Amino acid sequence: MTGPRSVPLRTGLARGASAVGFALGLPVLLFTLWWVLSADSTTIFLPPLRRIVEAFGQVWLSDVFVRDVVPSLRRLATGYAAALVIGVGVGYVVGRWSVVRALTGPILAYFRVLPAPVMIPVLLVAVGIGDATKLIVIVLGAVWPILLNTADGVRAVDQVHLETAAAYRLPGWTRHGLILRAASPQVFAGARQALGISLIVMVVSEMLMSTDGLGFTVIRFQRTFAIPQMWSGVLLLGLLGFALAKVFELVERRALRWHRGATGREESS
Amino acid sequence: MTTSSRVPAPTRGSAGGPVAGRRLLGVVGLLVAAAGYEAVTRTFFSPLHVPPLSAVAPEALRLLTEARFWTATGRTLLAVASGLVIAVVAGIVVGFAIGSVPWLLRVTSSTLDFLRPVPSIVLIPVLVLVLDVAQITVLLVAVSCFWIVLFQVLYGLRDVDRVAVDTARSLRLGPLARVVHVTWPSVLPYLGTALRLIVSVALALAVTGGLVMGAAGLGELIWRSQESGEFTGMYALVLLTGGVGILLDLGARLAERRLLHWHVATRREVATG
Repeated sequence: MTGPRSVPLRTGLARGASAVGFALGLPVLLFTLWWVLSADSTTIFLPPLRRIVEAFGQVWLSDVFVRDVVPSLRRLATGYAAALVIGVGVGYVVGRWSVVRALTGPILAYFRVLPAPVMIPVLLVAVGIGDATKLIVIVLGAVWPILLNTADGVRAVDQVHLETAAAYRLPGWTRHGLILRAASPQVFAGARQALGISLIVMVVSEMLMSTDGLGFTVIRFQRTFAIPQMWSGVLLLGLLGFALAKVFELVERRALRWHRGATGREESS
Repeated sequence: MTTSSRVPAPTRGSAGGPVAGRRLLGVVGLLVAAAGYEAVTRTFFSPLHVPPLSAVAPEALRLLTEARFWTATGRTLLAVASGLVIAVVAGIVVGFAIGSVPWLLRVTSSTLDFLRPVPSIVLIPVLVLVLDVAQITVLLVAVSCFWIVLFQVLYGLRDVDRVAVDTARSLRLGPLARVVHVTWPSVLPYLGTALRLIVSVALALAVTGGLVMGAAGLGELIWRSQESGEFTGMYALVLLTGGVGILLDLGARLAERRLLHWHVATRREVATG
């Protein structure tokens, strides 16, 4: 501790390097293992990783990206955003007023457990095949965790906070903002769950309503026995799920910085 | 993920009202929603594509007397149950193995973080080439629920009271006894939460397996009635699938309560009704 100033820096660097080592070690090892073990594979279902990576470049870095990946992502973003707006809005009303909560309780309980993919055939019949259907399915799948968590969070807002806000005669809008802010850790928990669900629902709806999109393309590769291409699609979907989760984590960390500070907790889960 | 049952319900007195009144309001809400659906379908949609509730409900009742509905439900529940058992056992074993060895946790955490958000249905195209659809459905259920159980176990292990562990150590409890008396009871509430979460996830994936791959069960039945144009039957099946979900959820909550009857949150919940 009493050494020259460069020592803490160096230990800091060493700690950083070891953290990177720990983070990358196993993934690199697994990837290498897969690469080496599959190198001479002649099984049609398990092509060498080298060929999958080649296919990845050929398939996804071409116009297929614009034709299939972009529409998928657009639907996902639109549906998820709509689910956020509706879920937080309705969830706020449900959580804030106990009469609304009592009235909607059984219906919400029902829709929470109804599997989202089941709505795909229903909407196929009611709305028809097309973008609108896929969008509605994503909203219907993602909205419930957001709504229910928002309602729970709003309901659990500290009574003292509410009374303080009332005592200071804060205007209505500020008060709504405060309540929503206090509920935001719960809202984020719901939103994170909804992100995973909307990705799944997006892929399933594309698998079932074969027009375009990532899910459809992967299934088409599989049906035409373009196995390396299919694997590359599976990889892309995996990467997409990972990237979305990471982006969400970043947003959450920024938005809930006050919360971690206020409660001294590492993670709000 | 309604975390409400882990947080003691805030006693707000006047606003909540007695339980009976709340139930009554719930029934009123259901009736209003049913009437609203009936009115909207009758005015805006053709009864062929979006049948009103007055047509769907009798159809659902009729389905309840049919063997094919019960076989399909049985198959779906079998997939749910097998997947859940695999997920819970594997999640607990792997969770305890990784969570109790610090360096193992450090080495694997990035990999686990990478694999968890990968939606399990991406496996469908790969697996469909090597397994039959019923097995894949079980596997989908198992994989999705495994992650939830695993991470709940890891959260639980992180939450174990250091003082309790040190106390057990100073009482010379062996490693196994420490797991049984200290670690396991601390993880149990997290497992209860996991149980509540995985039941509806499991149902969703079992049904998805039927929809996408035609694995025998409720999902396949729904998809077939859609393809053959029996739309009223399809709506009735969807209605009943939600009912199956409600029953599963109820079962999970009861199981959680039994599992955690000793836990503070449960006792408080029982006390407040």
